[in-house]
Amino acid sequence: MPAKAGIHLRFRWQAKEDLDSGLRRNDSWKVDFDSTVSQAVGLEPRIVGYQSTSMEWIETFWATYSTLVLSVGTNVLLALSIYLTLACGLLTVANAAFMGIGAYTAALLSLHSGSPFYLSLLLGAMLPAAVALLLGPPTLRLSGVYLAMATLAFGEIVRIFLLNSENLTGGALGLNGIPQHTRWFDVVAIVVAALYTLLRFAGSRIGRTMAAICQDEVATELMGLNVRAYKLFAFVLGAGLAGLAGGLNAHFTFFISPSEYGFDRGVEILAMGVLGGTGSPWGAVIGGVLITLLPELLRGLGDYRPLINGVILIIIILYSPKGIWDLTRFLQRKPVAAAN
Amino acid sequence: MLTLSAIRINFGGLQVLQDISLAIPKRGIFGLIGPNGAGKTTVFNLITGLLAPSSGTIEFQGRPLNGLAPHQITRRGIARTFQNIRIFKEMSLTENVLVAMGRQARYSALRVLLPSASLRAAQHREHSEAKELLARVGLADKSEILAGRLSYGEQRRLEIARALATAPKLLLLDEPAAGMNGAEKQQLMEEIVKLEENGLSLAIIEHDMRFVMGICREIAVLNFGQLIAQGTPEAIRANPDVVEAYLGEENEVDSASVKNLS
Repeated sequence: MPAKAGIHLRFRWQAKEDLDSGLRRNDSWKVDFDSTVSQAVGLEPRIVGYQSTSMEWIETFWATYSTLVLSVGTNVLLALSIYLTLACGLLTVANAAFMGIGAYTAALLSLHSGSPFYLSLLLGAMLPAAVALLLGPPTLRLSGVYLAMATLAFGEIVRIFLLNSENLTGGALGLNGIPQHTRWFDVVAIVVAALYTLLRFAGSRIGRTMAAICQDEVATELMGLNVRAYKLFAFVLGAGLAGLAGGLNAHFTFFISPSEYGFDRGVEILAMGVLGGTGSPWGAVIGGVLITLLPELLRGLGDYRPLINGVILIIIILYSPKGIWDLTRFLQRKPVAAAN
Repeated sequence: MLTLSAIRINFGGLQVLQDISLAIPKRGIFGLIGPNGAGKTTVFNLITGLLAPSSGTIEFQGRPLNGLAPHQITRRGIARTFQNIRIFKEMSLTENVLVAMGRQARYSALRVLLPSASLRAAQHREHSEAKELLARVGLADKSEILAGRLSYGEQRRLEIARALATAPKLLLLDEPAAGMNGAEKQQLMEEIVKLEENGLSLAIIEHDMRFVMGICREIAVLNFGQLIAQGTPEAIRANPDVVEAYLGEENEVDSASVKNLS
C-alpha cells in the first residue's frame, strides 16, 4: 500500500508539473483517476457515476491546488507556533530555525534510516522542542527587541550549521529525493489537533495566564504564577509545532535546502502571527491562510503583485494593529459595551 | 508574622535602605509612612522578592524568604497591591481575579484538553469564587466589563480583590487610598478593617494620615532610608523626629498630610 501511494503521489506531482507548463491538464488527472477508481466501478454503477463526478472535481482541484493546500496547512501550523510566544508578549523569530531543524531531522530519518513517516515527524517535532528547552532559559530572560536579536542570531547559527555540515545535510545543495509521504489528511489532522489543543489552552487558565504575562509580567509573577515556566512552555511547544510543520513540508516538497529556513522565512512567520492577531489561535489561522493565499489571489496583477500584497498588509496593520482577529472581537464586544 | 532584620540595600552608591529592622505583627494593621522617596515601596519590593537586599534577612512565619522568586513568595502567602496600579486592563474584572486564582486551580493543565462535566464544574466554581471576591470589594455588578474602564478608585479595589484571590496570609497595600474621594476612603477603611477582623495580616503604605491613624495599631516611619520611629499612632503623632521629618520636607509633602498629622 505505501508503495502504491507513492506512485500515486508522484503521478499527481507529474500532473501539477504539467499544469504549471499549461499542458495536458485533463489527460493527466484522468489517467490517474481511471487507475485508482476503476476497481470500484461496476459494483454500484449509479452511485459510482455520481461519485465519479464529485471525485473528478476533487482530483482536478487537487491536481491544481495540492501544493497550495499543503502550504496553507503548514503555514497555519507555523502561525500557531509563533502565536504561542506572541501571546505571552515574547517577540521570538527562531521559529524558522526550529522548522528547519524539524525538516532536516525528519527528512534525514526518512532518507537514511528508513524510519516510518510518523516516527520521522514525531522526532522532527521533538528535536526542535529539545533545542528550545535548552535555548529558552538563557534567552527568555530578555525581552522586546533584545529577545528578537538573540533568537535571530540563533536562527542564523542554525542556517549556517545546515549550510556547512555538508556530510550530514548536503550543504547548500540541500537534501534531495525526500519521500513524498505527506498526504492532505496528515496535514489536516495535525492542524486540527494543534488548533484544538491551543483553543482548549486559550480558553483555560493557561491562556489567561499567557494573556496576563503579555499585559504585565511583574503583576502576573506576583499572583504566584511562575512566569518563566509559562514562557518556556510556550517557547518549547511553539518550537515543536514549527518542527512538525517542517517535517510535513519536507515530505511533500521533495527537496529542502538551508535557505528556506533563513531570515525571510522567520519574518514571514512573524507576519502571519502579527497579521492574524495574537488574541486567539484563530488569529494565527487567519494570518497563516491569508499570507499564503494573498499572493495567489493577486496573481492577476502580474508584476505589481508584491507591491499590492505589501500595501494590503500595511493597511491591515494600520487599521487593526492587534491583528485581524481583533476586529471580530471588537464586533463581539460592542453589544456588551453598549449594555453597560 | 514577618520580620526584617538589618536590611540594607544599595542602588549603586546610593543607600536606599540602611539597617532596617522591623516586625509586621500577625494581628493589628501595620502602617508604614514617611515622606516621598523615603524607601517605603522599596521595603514592599524587598518583601515580595522583586528586589534582593544587599544584606540582612527577611523571615516570614519563621522561614527565610531570601533567594526565593517572587511567585514562590506569593505562594508562601504574601500578596500585594501596587502604588502605580497594575491591573490587567484588557481583561474583564472576573478574568483579572481568575488569573490570580490560577495557582489554586483544582484542575490540571492536561485535564483542560478534554471537555468534561467535572472540568466544567471546577471552572464554574472558580467563576463563582471570583464573583464572590469582587462582591467583597463592591465590584460585583461590573464583573464582566474590561478592567481598564474602571475609575481610579475602582481599579485600586480590583487590585485588592485580585491580591485576595491568591489566598494570602499577609496583604501588603501600597497607597490603597490614593486618588480616592472622602466617601471612597471611608468605605475602603471599613473594608480593610473587616479583612483584618477575618484573620488577615495587613501592612499599609499610605500618605493620608487620617487613614493611617484611623486603622493602624502600629506605625513605622521611614525617612531617607532610615527607620526614625515606630509605635502606636499616638506615640508617632507626638514624636518630634517624625514631625520634623515631615515639616522639614516642605517641597515634598503635600500640605494636607501635614495638617492631618497635627
